[in-house]
Amino acid sequence: MTVSDTSVQDGGLSQYRERIETLARRYGLDFYPVDFELVPKTFMMEVAVYGLPVRMPHWSFGVRYIYQYVQHRMGHSHIFEVVFPGNPNRAYLERGNSLSENTLVTAHVLGHADFSRNNALFARMQKEVGDRIVEQAAARAHQIEDAIRRHGQERVEAVLDAALALEQHIDLNQALRRPPYPEWLAPPETPAPTPFESRYGRLPGESGQAPPAPEPRRAPVPPQPEADLLWFIAHHAPELEDWARDIFLAVREESYYFYPVFACHIMNEGWASYWHARLLREADFLPQALYLEAIKAHSDVVRPYAGEDAVALTVNPYHLGFAIWEHVVERRGLATAFRIRAEEDDFGFIRNCLDEELAHKLKLFKYQHEQRGSRDERVVVGEAGIDELRETLLAPRFNYGAPRILAVEKGRDGSLSLRHDVASDRRGLDLARAEKVLQYIHRVWRRPVRLETVGPEGAPHTLSVG
Amino acid sequence: MSSTAAHWYDLFSRGARDWLRHNAKIREAVREQFPELVAGADVLTRPGSRTVRVPVRFLEHYRFRLRDTGTESGVGQGPAQPGDVFRRPGAPGSGEAGGEGGAGGGELEFVLEFQVDDIVDWMWEELKLPDLKPRLADSLEDDGVVREGWDKRGPMARLDRRRTLKEAIKRHAAQPDAPEGFSNEDLRFRQLAERKRPSTRAVVLFVIDVSASMDRERRKLAKAFFFWVLQGLRRRYTGVEVVFLAHTNEAWEFGEEEFFKATASGGTVASSAFRLAQRILDERYDPARYNAYLFYASDGDNFADDRNAAHDSLTELARCMNFMGFLETPQNHLESARSETGRLFRALEARGLPVGSYTVHKDADIWEAIRAFFQQQSAQAA
Repeated sequence: MTVSDTSVQDGGLSQYRERIETLARRYGLDFYPVDFELVPKTFMMEVAVYGLPVRMPHWSFGVRYIYQYVQHRMGHSHIFEVVFPGNPNRAYLERGNSLSENTLVTAHVLGHADFSRNNALFARMQKEVGDRIVEQAAARAHQIEDAIRRHGQERVEAVLDAALALEQHIDLNQALRRPPYPEWLAPPETPAPTPFESRYGRLPGESGQAPPAPEPRRAPVPPQPEADLLWFIAHHAPELEDWARDIFLAVREESYYFYPVFACHIMNEGWASYWHARLLREADFLPQALYLEAIKAHSDVVRPYAGEDAVALTVNPYHLGFAIWEHVVERRGLATAFRIRAEEDDFGFIRNCLDEELAHKLKLFKYQHEQRGSRDERVVVGEAGIDELRETLLAPRFNYGAPRILAVEKGRDGSLSLRHDVASDRRGLDLARAEKVLQYIHRVWRRPVRLETVGPEGAPHTLSVG
Repeated sequence: MSSTAAHWYDLFSRGARDWLRHNAKIREAVREQFPELVAGADVLTRPGSRTVRVPVRFLEHYRFRLRDTGTESGVGQGPAQPGDVFRRPGAPGSGEAGGEGGAGGGELEFVLEFQVDDIVDWMWEELKLPDLKPRLADSLEDDGVVREGWDKRGPMARLDRRRTLKEAIKRHAAQPDAPEGFSNEDLRFRQLAERKRPSTRAVVLFVIDVSASMDRERRKLAKAFFFWVLQGLRRRYTGVEVVFLAHTNEAWEFGEEEFFKATASGGTVASSAFRLAQRILDERYDPARYNAYLFYASDGDNFADDRNAAHDSLTELARCMNFMGFLETPQNHLESARSETGRLFRALEARGLPVGSYTVHKDADIWEAIRAFFQQQSAQAA
């Protein structure tokens, strides 16, 4: 285990860290080295907002930053750690936290490091984007700043507006580096002649000349509906300049990197919480006072949002994940838990591991939030089976949390046709927002852009810009 | 990394940088509201350091989203029974960290402050208004003294030492045998000459018809127009004095604040205001020293028996004015070309006097009127 030791300047944290790491390995956690760094609170907030330590500049991050800042100042939000999977992992701890909190967080980070190395989805995406994404993102951020100097804030911002608005629109079933579309259609197979045709296909005396080969036909673009809008625009926008294409591809690559964090949120946080609790419990080298303080911080992190006996309308993912992992280890053993952390994402995890008994114990319920007008809103608790409960929990996580939008045609005039896959959500789009997004796209596509979706009544509705 | 070295993140915040960029974008977006802002505040005669405060919302970076159906379902936690109804959804904050920073949370509003001068500058760019240049040919003149050239004789107070030293050096270079030091030959004195300068003082008379037919809406139009005209003239002259006059069948002088609030019942006799304007000019603003402008806002009605009086007083005024503008806010669209006062001004314009008239029905027309005014002015100056 090599850790850059000097990066953590603290009273004794690095000494505990080594022993916690040894302990973790003894339990079978398996992780790439972790670079720990203690940073100020403001930097923690930024990292949480940008998702990467150094990322491209965009005004929308500024808005999120201020929200985060206000939340923080009101005491609603406390960020303990941020870890970037990679080899080495990079973990940032808050400089102002107490030693006991940071000891807890160190154990927590090791849980994340184990998860990101062994989980299949993380491993696949890691393989796609490489394990130096933090450095790559920083390099690209500098490239973009350079582009701003050369091409002006307005132009670069227009490209970023479009690219970041489509951040979630990638196709996870495709590799990060895709081959281009075939340019020509495969010639239609000429069926083998039937015995009758081979006997009577020609008149007596006619020479055996084969019919002329059919002209090769250009393949349509795209050959089938394309879900990876970032890739499609990067490679098929009529007049995209190279620097703008780079921005689209940069956003796309970072999006691949973020996907596992998004799709394994409950599992990953639960796993890390499970392991920080367990490792601290087993760490007999910690002073009693420090242990107690750390366990108190732990229970703050994994408690339900509203406390034990109150009603909350959101579920703390740390709490839910932690409870499910405890349940799994208790009922099915640690080996099964390790297998599940390697194979599943949140979808499999919730569907397979959140059983009726646990849901009852956690007092989970499903509700309908009805809004009629701005003043009149109410929340009605409903009766829901376990399947319905699971699907409601998972609903916001489908397709990267975005409606499915497909590029269906690039017209002869270069225009772009998009289609909302209504069948996948049986709901229309928020038309006002969709129109704004089309305007973003139009500014980089520079040809008419249209989108088919359904209106509020379920009737087909087409938006077009340009 | 040593503990003493400052890290880059101690010195630089990307979050703050992007936040400032967001605010800059908002400022651009708010520009569109400027006519409203200006109409709301007493900005005409106040000094330029005044600011206008505008509450603004955050900009949203749009993404594709599903339509709100009015009923959303979710999963909650706690001792709740099926059928329980809650009034408000409690939404405690989350201590979450990760790739997706939530842009949710409550609505936050914040306030931006704008300098009135900045607003004016932006509008000038936006409307592509020409900057007025002082008219040289027929403009009024102040006496001024300028430095002009050098002479070998003059009072010692005007000795140009730099020049003198240069002359001495030149002379020594040409006559190496000459004794050291300066001689009378070397002395150079600055000369002064008297020159005429275009006067940079102006008086602007704003006249408004406050009879009952001029309602709030029309006055707002008048105020916006007056504001921009005044800004333009301020750019041209260093000292601009403003006089506010209102009239029904008689005329009064007001301060700015009362000016726009004043209402009166009574008929419409425009000549009363023109005569008052003439008197003020004669008493307080010597036409030889001031550039004078008059702007008159009215719905165009005037009593028919005042026709000749108005015509005469206006013609007399026109002779000592740089320019007179008539802002017409007619009662209905069809009337605009035929109003009593409108005809009066157009008649003067036809005679080649420096007069213009502008018809405005709604807010958006103001910009056309202002542009027309400034383009006319710069064309005359050219």
